[in-house]
Amino acid sequence: MVDKSLELFDSGHRACGGCGAALAARLVLKGAGKNTIVVSSTGCMEVFSTPYPETAWKVPWIHSLFENAAAVASGVEASLKKQGRTEKVVIMGGDGATFDIGMICISGAFERGHDFTYICYDNEAYMNTGIQRSGATPYDASTTTSPAGKCSFGNKRPKKDMPQILAAHGAPYVATASVAYPADLMQKVEKAINTKGPCYLQVHAPCCTGWGFEGEQTIAIAKLAIETGLWVNFEMIDGKVAKVKKVVRKPVEEYLKTQKRFRHLFKPKRQDAEIAAIQAIADRNAEKYGIDIKLKKE
Amino acid sequence: MMEITEGSHAIAKIVARCRPQVVSAYPITPQTHIVEALADYVADCKLDADYITVENEMSALSACIGASAAGSRVYSATTSQGLALMFEACFNAAGMRLPIIMSIANRALGAPLSIWNDQQDSISLRDSGWLQFYAEDNQEATDMHIIAYKVAEDHSVLLPVFVCFDGFILSHTYEPVDMLPQEDVDKYLPKFTPYEKLDAEDPISFGMYATPEYYHEFRYEIDRAAKRAADVYRKAAKDFAGMFGRDYSGLIEEYRMEDAETAIVAMGSICGTIKDAIDEMRDAGKKVGLVRIRVFRPFPDKEIAQALAKTKRVAVLDKNISLGSKGAVALEVKDAMYGKTIPVLYYILGLGGRDVRKRDIAAIVALAEKGEGDMFYGLRKEVL
Repeated sequence: MVDKSLELFDSGHRACGGCGAALAARLVLKGAGKNTIVVSSTGCMEVFSTPYPETAWKVPWIHSLFENAAAVASGVEASLKKQGRTEKVVIMGGDGATFDIGMICISGAFERGHDFTYICYDNEAYMNTGIQRSGATPYDASTTTSPAGKCSFGNKRPKKDMPQILAAHGAPYVATASVAYPADLMQKVEKAINTKGPCYLQVHAPCCTGWGFEGEQTIAIAKLAIETGLWVNFEMIDGKVAKVKKVVRKPVEEYLKTQKRFRHLFKPKRQDAEIAAIQAIADRNAEKYGIDIKLKKE
Repeated sequence: MMEITEGSHAIAKIVARCRPQVVSAYPITPQTHIVEALADYVADCKLDADYITVENEMSALSACIGASAAGSRVYSATTSQGLALMFEACFNAAGMRLPIIMSIANRALGAPLSIWNDQQDSISLRDSGWLQFYAEDNQEATDMHIIAYKVAEDHSVLLPVFVCFDGFILSHTYEPVDMLPQEDVDKYLPKFTPYEKLDAEDPISFGMYATPEYYHEFRYEIDRAAKRAADVYRKAAKDFAGMFGRDYSGLIEEYRMEDAETAIVAMGSICGTIKDAIDEMRDAGKKVGLVRIRVFRPFPDKEIAQALAKTKRVAVLDKNISLGSKGAVALEVKDAMYGKTIPVLYYILGLGGRDVRKRDIAAIVALAEKGEGDMFYGLRKEVL
């Protein structure tokens, strides 16, 4: 058992108040423990946690480039193996580094079967460079490169299904988690690092600056994502869904209304067709993963 | 032991005797024979290394970065397009001060696509912080890998090294090579002792970002280490000569320069042809000599200026072109010769595998004597 009382991601870093990613880093290290080496890709987390000569990381940490964290981790893991060392290798990449620019590198590393855990802190856009869309940006979210306008409702495509892509690589453990459920997140990290082979954990990490909400709302919004079915917390073992967080679902607009990135769906006038399209995404998620708790009729 | 062997195989064998713990590479012509041979050694348990078969060159060097930072001696090999794909990781590896050794089987860069030799690939990474050694023949290419580890891993250097040799011309050619046995390599090259490493017992952060208050000094430190590497190289090569008799301790090699009026400056396998051409010209009474650049980074400007000081003219042969400017070697030689009145002419030649023969060298010397230079040599008539 990992000692989860340890604080291995130190305070004093430069993240915004209410940053979901910073919370994710703290919880991931609680789940992974001291005997961990972290490989980070370029991104918000790398920048807010390591302005030379300061670092927030109380475990060994390396950042090389944006797209190559999975390959750097492959080398770290190979080296540890040859030296007979026992540290666990954990990668921390944002959604841009994971879904987009690092995709080839991740695919190669998962196919080779290295023993590491890849954690994607998913804040659903390129936040470090100023909120540009990524392959993880949800349908209709307004970002600086998918802005809502007179003839656009924002991002034109739904989120890429990274967990399924990595499950298709034969990853023994693929899971999703949310900063709103810290015990579940830490448990999944611990499970992943103790599963041999390449494991993947995608953590929903709301970004107050990028999504447009007050910092104290991070947890409430992350919870709403789960409660509306727009984010599903699940575990896949050897490609099969083993465990799913079930909910009594709320309508998606309860989630959408909390964030400026979806404001154009309600103002200046309500876009019923678009909201219905997003509701359909949640409905498909609910059906696919069986998340609905059926309430008994009174 | 003397063996008649292909350049690539000789290099692979000696690299294995340097005992890298992690090898990571991606196949590309004409580097493939090296990485295939290393894969064979691993498969037969002749090399105790983890061999990471990556999905592209970017990941090959990235895996080396991770493995080196974790405390292992590492090795990779590439060329041309592969090296170009590594561009970003090259700067990164040097910036993180990781002593990675990479063989470069020099090859042209597209477009147009060419698998044949010139030196555009490694030359284009001249500003990356990697030290660059250029071999004339397979004996030197082989020995240089051992010396490269010694220099790179020295704690006053800690920089990666390209060991460059001309693709096909050396990599695919059979030559007699005196292969140092394992015990000799072990005697010369001790186990890798990292200066610092990723270690849960002593956590440190690698590859942090630097604000304008600090970045400038990081670059200064890399430059200073690259310059310090000149002395470290001289000593490492001297030690090598003392133990095994082959002396590579000059950052440059002078050939028949004693009373030379025309000096040729060049790098790599072309220098074998140049030496033969010089012998013939000398027999005919022409005072011609060669300054061969063995170490291009750090650049031996003082040695070059001194070697060329008494000449009447200098002809730099560049197997590369900084398009819109000059040959890269010529640019640096001109800088080394600044303030002197000796003309430095450059000749771009042998690009994309175009053969360079003794008669071409003689023709270039004749052009230089007439003061004609700064040109692409040997162009097909239809473009003129």
